[in-house]
Amino acid sequence: MTEPIVNDLTIQAATVNGSGSQTANLVLTRAIFHMGIPVAPKNVFPSNIEGLPTWYQLRITPEGHMARSDKVDILVAFNVATWREDLKTVRTGGVVIHEEAFSTADARTDLTYYSVPFAKLAKSKIQSDTLRKQLANMIYVGVVAGLLGIPWEAIEHGVKRQFLAKPKAVPVNLDAIKVGYDYWQDNFSKQDPYRLEPMTGAVEGKVLVEGNQAAALGALMGGVTVVAWYPITPSSSLCEYLIAYSDRFRVDEKSGEKLISVVQAEDELAAVGMAIGAGWAGSRAMTSTSGPGISLMAEFSGLAYYAEVPVVIFDIQRIGPSTGLPTRTSQADLGFVYTLSHGDTKHLVLLPGSVEECYELARDAFDYADRFQTPVFVLSDLDLGMNLWMTPEFKYPDKKFDRGKVLSKEDLEKLAGEWARYRDVDGDGVTFRTLPGTDHPAAGYFTRGSGHDENARYTEGADAYARNMDRLARKLETARHALPAPVIDEAGRKVGLIAFGSTDAAVREARESIDVDYLRVRALPLSDDVARFVSRHERVYVVEQNRDGQLYDLVRLALPPELVDRMRSIRHYNGQPIPAAAIVEPQQQQEMVPA
Amino acid sequence: MSTTVNRVGLPRDAYKGAATTLCAGCGHNSITNHMIKALYELGVEPHLLAKMSGIGCSSKTPAYFVETAHGFNGVHGRMPALTTGAHLANRQLIMLGVSGDGDTASIGLGQFMHMIRRNVDCTYIIEDNGTYGLTKGQFSATADLGSVQKKGAVNTFQPIDPCAVALALGCSFVARSFSGDGKQVVPLIKAAIAHRGTAILDIISPCVTFNDHDGSTKSYSWVKDHEESIADVSFIPYFEEVHVDYEPGTVRDVRLHDGSHIVLKKLGDDHDPTDRRAAIRVIEEGRAEGHLVTGLLYVDTNMDDFATTERIPQRPLKELGEEELRLDRDQFAHFMTEFA
Repeated sequence: MTEPIVNDLTIQAATVNGSGSQTANLVLTRAIFHMGIPVAPKNVFPSNIEGLPTWYQLRITPEGHMARSDKVDILVAFNVATWREDLKTVRTGGVVIHEEAFSTADARTDLTYYSVPFAKLAKSKIQSDTLRKQLANMIYVGVVAGLLGIPWEAIEHGVKRQFLAKPKAVPVNLDAIKVGYDYWQDNFSKQDPYRLEPMTGAVEGKVLVEGNQAAALGALMGGVTVVAWYPITPSSSLCEYLIAYSDRFRVDEKSGEKLISVVQAEDELAAVGMAIGAGWAGSRAMTSTSGPGISLMAEFSGLAYYAEVPVVIFDIQRIGPSTGLPTRTSQADLGFVYTLSHGDTKHLVLLPGSVEECYELARDAFDYADRFQTPVFVLSDLDLGMNLWMTPEFKYPDKKFDRGKVLSKEDLEKLAGEWARYRDVDGDGVTFRTLPGTDHPAAGYFTRGSGHDENARYTEGADAYARNMDRLARKLETARHALPAPVIDEAGRKVGLIAFGSTDAAVREARESIDVDYLRVRALPLSDDVARFVSRHERVYVVEQNRDGQLYDLVRLALPPELVDRMRSIRHYNGQPIPAAAIVEPQQQQEMVPA
Repeated sequence: MSTTVNRVGLPRDAYKGAATTLCAGCGHNSITNHMIKALYELGVEPHLLAKMSGIGCSSKTPAYFVETAHGFNGVHGRMPALTTGAHLANRQLIMLGVSGDGDTASIGLGQFMHMIRRNVDCTYIIEDNGTYGLTKGQFSATADLGSVQKKGAVNTFQPIDPCAVALALGCSFVARSFSGDGKQVVPLIKAAIAHRGTAILDIISPCVTFNDHDGSTKSYSWVKDHEESIADVSFIPYFEEVHVDYEPGTVRDVRLHDGSHIVLKKLGDDHDPTDRRAAIRVIEEGRAEGHLVTGLLYVDTNMDDFATTERIPQRPLKELGEEELRLDRDQFAHFMTEFA
């Protein structure tokens, strides 16, 4: 037997959607995390309720790499429909745990096979007819636990944690896992090098959180009070978490009143419209959607931009165009969202690169929206939003809400009612507003998406129109300097790399193989730091998960002409989260080509 | 010199707005005047009024009354979404939406229906002229089958009747009127505002430029000749004493949630405005006989409105601060342990 491989392996479970496989996957994940070992799960699931293939990748590395691995060490083959294809993904010397009924007659000979009669075991060992299908997946957890040496205590923890809200389900699931665990002990001797051993120092102070969960908590801490949404994958869980958290934290115990309203709207047009109506009336309001919903929100986004109404819009990106692959990830909404709606519309866009930033930027988005009286988009994606990520615990906010320039009754009295809704008093492009319900005769104004003067009166006047558009540009410029700055890790290297969002995980790992400085963009419009970063490097690669190099284009537009030629582009767009290899290989290839 | 003021100390002029930019003689201008009268007489405080609208001639009119109130002229057919959101943010606001037949029955039909489904507390006025005025006279979805366009084109489609749609959805307040019938429109506006829930008021409002000719069923002369009021409407606000001196059996009295009363004096057949099926029948019969039935068709004073169903506090959500909206430090720390 070769040298043991400890805590550095990728398990891929190929199962059937709707069979309860995800619960089994999560139990395994939590058990391994409980051993102090970093985990990075990626769930690749179909747009389907039941029957289509689904894969769950659980990557385990001592360093805590969070990106998807492009190699599989241990395949759990549960799905006869995909099993031949699944075999191809396993690296030489890897392991295959498969259903006994699958024939290995002419299968690869460079792998170790463990054949398990899952179906027979389920039939003979699981008593409940109604639960058999669900519990059958748990048997695989037991086999893997046996194979890798996961202590039973860790398995118990994983099950208890997974069924926190349903403690009655714990024993029956543990029994099913035990079936697989015992089967391993009784029938196999270890033929492969893969092992797990408890670690210390790698996961302490860390938690496992989905980006949508983190964003929901962020929105709650950011003071959201009106949420309007329409169900769409991969965004739905954000609002569903918000509903669950609201029921816990936003109900007045005495009166039963709710300090938040979460409305399931009739479509995305209405969803964003309600949020904008609420933002206009002074509430902190949001919606959450994905690509097709963003398309529908274009009309209202233009209104909120032009009429200057705060609202927060989450886009949990999936891959398009059109319906696209509804359950696959992408970063291809960047360009569209930035200028969403007709005319000279331009938006503030926040780009969280981790679940921790999903929490922080979701929270802070409401401050930016109020401060700049404009829609703020938070661009997450399916990978970030729906997968569990290992993260440091989130920090409690140290700032109060920034409600921006709002004139109260008392302010208006001091001003003797002299104010204009769209007058740039401070020169920063940001004007004062009043909220409906302000008890002063000068408070009211008429909000409109048609041309308006400083006093919000209708005008088609050429000068008034242009002046207002120039002020809006000035406001965006003010915001640009206030938005989260890029994160830069630089040590005078010749080559730089720029990325955003969930690509960060793959970049971090890639940098162990390629020697590049790194700038991660966190907001649009782009900070001046980007051009300065480019100016300090001979070549700069922009890595992103879309076909057309959308950030690459935006960066080039922001550069002085002499720097444009320094830019190179690396694009990944097959719907699977980008692995480090998809950066390292093209980067090395391009480095061999003279500029 | 003394000026007459209402119960909140404001003169009638305080309820006026900017000068209208609609055509002289437009039905919508009459409705604006009815609105001014109704709001003045009700003593609505301008700062609590939120004037909402979509796009079109009708949707411009919120600029023409109560200039000191907040208004929001949004996008085409989407007034209900903005209104719903603004209402959730601040239940104290009096939501007054003005829409048109294109805005409501075509591009905005979905939002119109879903607002009714939720029973959002607002007044929804449809200034209904059966035509697209700003784009120069195309038929709208409320145009009657066989009605003739100015240039002679004949409408070949069945109309969408907003009142029939509203009734089918169980809307809690449905009324129809005519812009030229101030005696009926003004008390209906007042009643709609006093009503808790979505109040749909479809007001036939002739377009003098594009739809006021022979062959149109939305012209002044057609409506005058075919209007059939189901009852004389009067409105007694909660702050005035009720004194009914009608003969017994000739009136119906509907008490609204805020203590106001709608008093309906029978004209022909007795119509029970709390009977939804009767309301649908009255519309159907009127249509079959070629009449435009006006008046209060239906009211349900018991249905909970949206914010009540949602358990939103009376206090505006905008007033809530960090202390009420954030988890405290202990809750937050405990919450983090749940992620482990």
